[in-house]
Amino acid sequence: MEKILFIAHTQSDGTLPNVAREALSAAVDLSKKLPGSSFVAGIIGQEANQAADSIASCGAAGFLSVTGAEFAVSRYATDAAAVEALVRQTGATLVVAPTTSRFSRALPGVVQRVQGRIETHISGMDIVEGSLQIQRWYYRQRMVATLTRAQRPWFLVIDGGVFPAWQGEPGSANAENVAVQLAADTLRTQVIGVQAPSTNTQTIRPEAEVLFVAGAGWTKKQADGQLHLKDAEELILGFLKNCNASLGSSKSLVDQSVEGEAVLPFMSHLNQVGQTGSTPRHPKGLATCCHGEEPHAVGWRFINERRAINTDANCGWAQGKADVLYVADAFQVMAKVNELLAQ
Amino acid sequence: MNGGFHIVVCGSIVPDPLQTLAPIEGPTGPALKNELMLPAVLDPWAGHALYEAANLAKNVPDSKVWLVSLGPKAKLQQLMMSIAQKVSFELVVLDGPAGGFTDPCEVAAALAGGINGIAGLDRSRLLLFGGCSSASRDAGVTMQMVAEQLGIGDQFLGVDELTIQADGSMKLLERIEGGQYQVSTCTGAPAMLAWATGNLPEPPNNPQIGMMNMRTVMPALQKAQPAPVGAAGVSYLGVELPKQRRETRIVKDLSVDEVAREIVEWLKG
Ligand SMILES: Cc1cc2nc3c(=O)[nH]c(=O)nc-3n(C[C@H](O)[C@H](O)[C@H](O)COP(=O)(O)OP(=O)(O)OC[C@H]3O[C@@H](n4cnc5c(N)ncnc54)[C@H](O)[C@@H]3O)c2cc1C
Repeated sequence: MEKILFIAHTQSDGTLPNVAREALSAAVDLSKKLPGSSFVAGIIGQEANQAADSIASCGAAGFLSVTGAEFAVSRYATDAAAVEALVRQTGATLVVAPTTSRFSRALPGVVQRVQGRIETHISGMDIVEGSLQIQRWYYRQRMVATLTRAQRPWFLVIDGGVFPAWQGEPGSANAENVAVQLAADTLRTQVIGVQAPSTNTQTIRPEAEVLFVAGAGWTKKQADGQLHLKDAEELILGFLKNCNASLGSSKSLVDQSVEGEAVLPFMSHLNQVGQTGSTPRHPKGLATCCHGEEPHAVGWRFINERRAINTDANCGWAQGKADVLYVADAFQVMAKVNELLAQ
Repeated sequence: MNGGFHIVVCGSIVPDPLQTLAPIEGPTGPALKNELMLPAVLDPWAGHALYEAANLAKNVPDSKVWLVSLGPKAKLQQLMMSIAQKVSFELVVLDGPAGGFTDPCEVAAALAGGINGIAGLDRSRLLLFGGCSSASRDAGVTMQMVAEQLGIGDQFLGVDELTIQADGSMKLLERIEGGQYQVSTCTGAPAMLAWATGNLPEPPNNPQIGMMNMRTVMPALQKAQPAPVGAAGVSYLGVELPKQRRETRIVKDLSVDEVAREIVEWLKG
């Protein structure tokens, strides 16, 4: 009989992040499909009632919380202590959690403490003949595996965009507070705050409908033998504004800033998509001046519809990586696209 | 803290990302086709950790860098031909599989064991470095598990910047949601930093560094401990390549205006 524990942490405003509601859907689903299982939810944060109440009708038999000023911020020592307390208190065999930067840092150490096992970046779950099977990708989205495991507790960290966000009526969860003893050296780390990578506009928008990828072609000499960095900057930022898109980049383009060449000032490594960058989820993606080499294109695994603009008809996108490749000059096309979008 | 940092970097090999990878059923579970023949590179994020470690050691007197690698000995030896020319380190080799289908718990236990065996390592000065995620398993959990086994309670994931402040404390930037950084301070070593890209370019090859490193690299390879890590308790029910390539429509003879109109329709559709 599995004991399912769903865990989440609050955001600074006391609410649950969307990915937490998605992971909650997964936990609810598991509890329905695993006969005889029990289901409890645990919330960590400065204060947990608002978040617990917002999911009061999810079907959990009980709600636990770890609260206090120390748990307001994302810090390994306090988060690990909080999760450990919840897991021990419930004797959970399956711990379902959302992929957040906070949990990604804290959960593996807890797994070590409770001698459990962990699967991260889960992209699918199924119950087959009473046994839980999960899917996750290997080799940076090159291949997908289905697996199950014998060990418990088993931590299941669910990627965003896999399950629909849980929706339901708020209520009164009456979350029971779990006391956590913090060791004296728990607060060696102090969280100062959050900083945007550059002083420029916020270009990474995980919720955007469209991912716009800029490649190194934007900063290369064009047909007239000249660089057109200012035009590139205006066209890219113009499109982001008109379309409310999220900005991705190839490695070659962001590496230029490290190597000190003239570049696009609003780009940083955080924009990089691919093998050594991110694998964002968006319904649509438009690649411009980017060759579409495999180490880049693996980062497009979760972009459903893909189009590219490249002057080279033999670029990587033509090799089955995009739905449509426009063999055209991206400077010209994007100027016109911006004009149309602005109308 | 007396003296500089003792920086231990965990990092191993992954297949060159330009290679085509195909899964096969091996004797002990899934594996890659021709795994031992595939050209390998230093796992990229672990590589950034190594370059950051070397740079830190250069700037903080009396510091030292170790590289702890779990992988097939022969492949690590090949890797050393290039990596050992880039930055100074002392190598510790654990001879075992480096593929993605091993369990991070087993890998972390082997790495922690290897680190525990380093003679002269001062735990009070220890900075444990590694990549925030491997390009093989891509789980992003191994470093935290190693750190936990070494009793390190200050951990940072997705680090892009470490600054040692005037009072000896550390200031860190970690990647968080929405393309932002969390800024934290930590009173000092011991701590674990799992690096993202950092801020340094790949150092050029320097044959002199290579000569110096080779004095310890060869003996380290010779006395490599076997580390037969696997994935006990895991049943892989299937490993597949993603379905079907896309049928790319290549549009060559539309005018700029027509292309733009088609794109806008698609974006709005
Ligand atoms: C270990 C490793 C990890 C890597 N990880 C990543 C990763 O995470 N992400 C990543 O992106 N790459 C990664 N790479 C690098 C990858 O192999 C490619 O080198 C890189 O993606 C190329 O970037 P690019 O397409 O922007 O540049 P280029 O290859 O220089 O291509 C520029 C493109 O712009 C086009 N172009 C130029 N002008 C125009 C114009 N006016 N209109 C339209 N098109 C134009 C050109 O035709 C060309 O196709 C990695 C490589 C290695 C070895």
